[in-house]
Amino acid sequence: MTASSIAEGRPKLRLDGLSHEFRTAGGAPPVKAIENISIDVAPGSFVSLIGQSGCGKSTLFNIMAGLLQPTAGRVVLDGEDITGRAGLVSYMLQKDLLLPWRTILDNVVFGLEIQGVDRREARAVAEPLMERYGLGRFKKHYPAALSGGMRQRAALLRTLLCNNDVILLDEPFAALDAQTRFRMQQWLLTLWRDFGRTVLFVTHDVDEAIFLSDEICVLSPRPGRIADRFHVTLPRPRGRDVVTAPEFIHAKERCLDLLFSGGEPAESEAA
Amino acid sequence: MTERLIDMSNDAIIAADNTRDSAKTSAASPAAGLRRRPRRAGVVITRETPWRRGTVWLLQIVIAVAVIGGWELATRIGLIDPFFWSSPSRIYGAFMITLEEGTLFTDTWFTFEATIIGFLLGSTLGAVIGLSLWWSINAAAVVQPYIVVFNAVPKIALGPLLILIFGIGIGSKIALAVAFTAVITAIAAYAGVRAVDDDLVKLTLSLGGRRRDVFFKIVVPSAMPWITSSLNINIGLALAGAIAGEFISSQYGLGKIIMYAGSTYDMAMIWVGIIILGLLAIVLYGAVNWLERKFTRGQNIKTI
Repeated sequence: MTASSIAEGRPKLRLDGLSHEFRTAGGAPPVKAIENISIDVAPGSFVSLIGQSGCGKSTLFNIMAGLLQPTAGRVVLDGEDITGRAGLVSYMLQKDLLLPWRTILDNVVFGLEIQGVDRREARAVAEPLMERYGLGRFKKHYPAALSGGMRQRAALLRTLLCNNDVILLDEPFAALDAQTRFRMQQWLLTLWRDFGRTVLFVTHDVDEAIFLSDEICVLSPRPGRIADRFHVTLPRPRGRDVVTAPEFIHAKERCLDLLFSGGEPAESEAA
Repeated sequence: MTERLIDMSNDAIIAADNTRDSAKTSAASPAAGLRRRPRRAGVVITRETPWRRGTVWLLQIVIAVAVIGGWELATRIGLIDPFFWSSPSRIYGAFMITLEEGTLFTDTWFTFEATIIGFLLGSTLGAVIGLSLWWSINAAAVVQPYIVVFNAVPKIALGPLLILIFGIGIGSKIALAVAFTAVITAIAAYAGVRAVDDDLVKLTLSLGGRRRDVFFKIVVPSAMPWITSSLNINIGLALAGAIAGEFISSQYGLGKIIMYAGSTYDMAMIWVGIIILGLLAIVLYGAVNWLERKFTRGQNIKTI
């Protein structure tokens, strides 16, 4: 599939023919993780990437975040080539990665601090936001004292506070229980609307992807390629009952067909 | 099936039956083949109920009184020879004499000073060495064997050398305390550096952090519990280093008191030195523990 520009006007983020091979030790042939991935992401949109284990989602995110130099292709942000440059796109991993020796407030400002904002100023920015988004009570706590959901909220707020327009979320809710997860999804959508960021979201969970996204990319396993790509036009805000809407069911079938076609690939290869 | 069975000998039929049986039971339960034991009654788990604090303290005092009293009594009735073993009353007498002479405080302060300075210098030096190995995996690979060798060398062997270099004053005692402590912290800090969560480094880099940010905001704080846990060991080692220096050659110090008393067969004075040393050690441990708690908020790694 080519980069059919579904986005009107200039895309916020453009992935242009990204491929990556991992060289293996001992002269074995290199392993292709992703192959020729091209996506245009419209400004302010919420795009989910779904695929099975081993479809190269993490590789793709590492490339977008500038942590990994792709074998081929470019990452373009606002028309500028940012391939291999870190710090321009925010990246949040499945683990909350809060620094255990910092209070929640100081964790939330960590991104701003790295970007060169004075810690005192950063705190002044973060404090009202923490109040507003339900973390006010935990400002002075250390991460170990918080529940998984609250820790993840802090991590997400840290990610959003960085002055980057694009944020990458790599299965941020995978480790949470079902109720917490649903609340976190709602919360994420609130923040997404308030902050107006462009979100790329990786998940295993088809329901989650459809519930959250404007657009879904289905990746094929090993090497990861874009197998399908479509819009979700369900009206927002979406309630929990959206799962019974015909469009939801149709989208789900479409995803599941793609995910489970072609036998049972990659079942022995974790992650 | 039956026809063939008839052709078989009786034994064979029984054998076939047995295999079928055992196959059946082993499918049902993997333990079926094991020798049967009488059915176990289950284990009642007993737990020791903790005593009240007062009870523990009382027992501790009772033990101290019993040991000291028994010691005194044994020397009085001639069970042990007070010339070699001294006795609590003699030790008390010797203590009062040194207190009147006023030398005890000077000597204690000398040892305390050498220990503290050596401890701080040694631990800081060790932490700097261990942490700095983070900057280059190649430098770390080059330096590692030297650290291992220096760690293996009994540092007390450096004593005569350091005394010749730094003189018989406090300098050589500090140098020995540094030699005793630096490697311990260096090794602990380097272990802490290697245990840094790669994902935290990745996070910092993805936020646009440079290596300097990673070092000061991730590596140093996350290695901190490792470093502080080595401080507990180091305070004892610094004390040992200072005392060792005083043993070899010194004008002052608790080590000097003990050494001097030993050479004049003054057993009571040796005990005075040991007891003061013990008290000094308790104070120092207390201080380090307090520091450790202060420095590792939010992280709970405890080795000692």
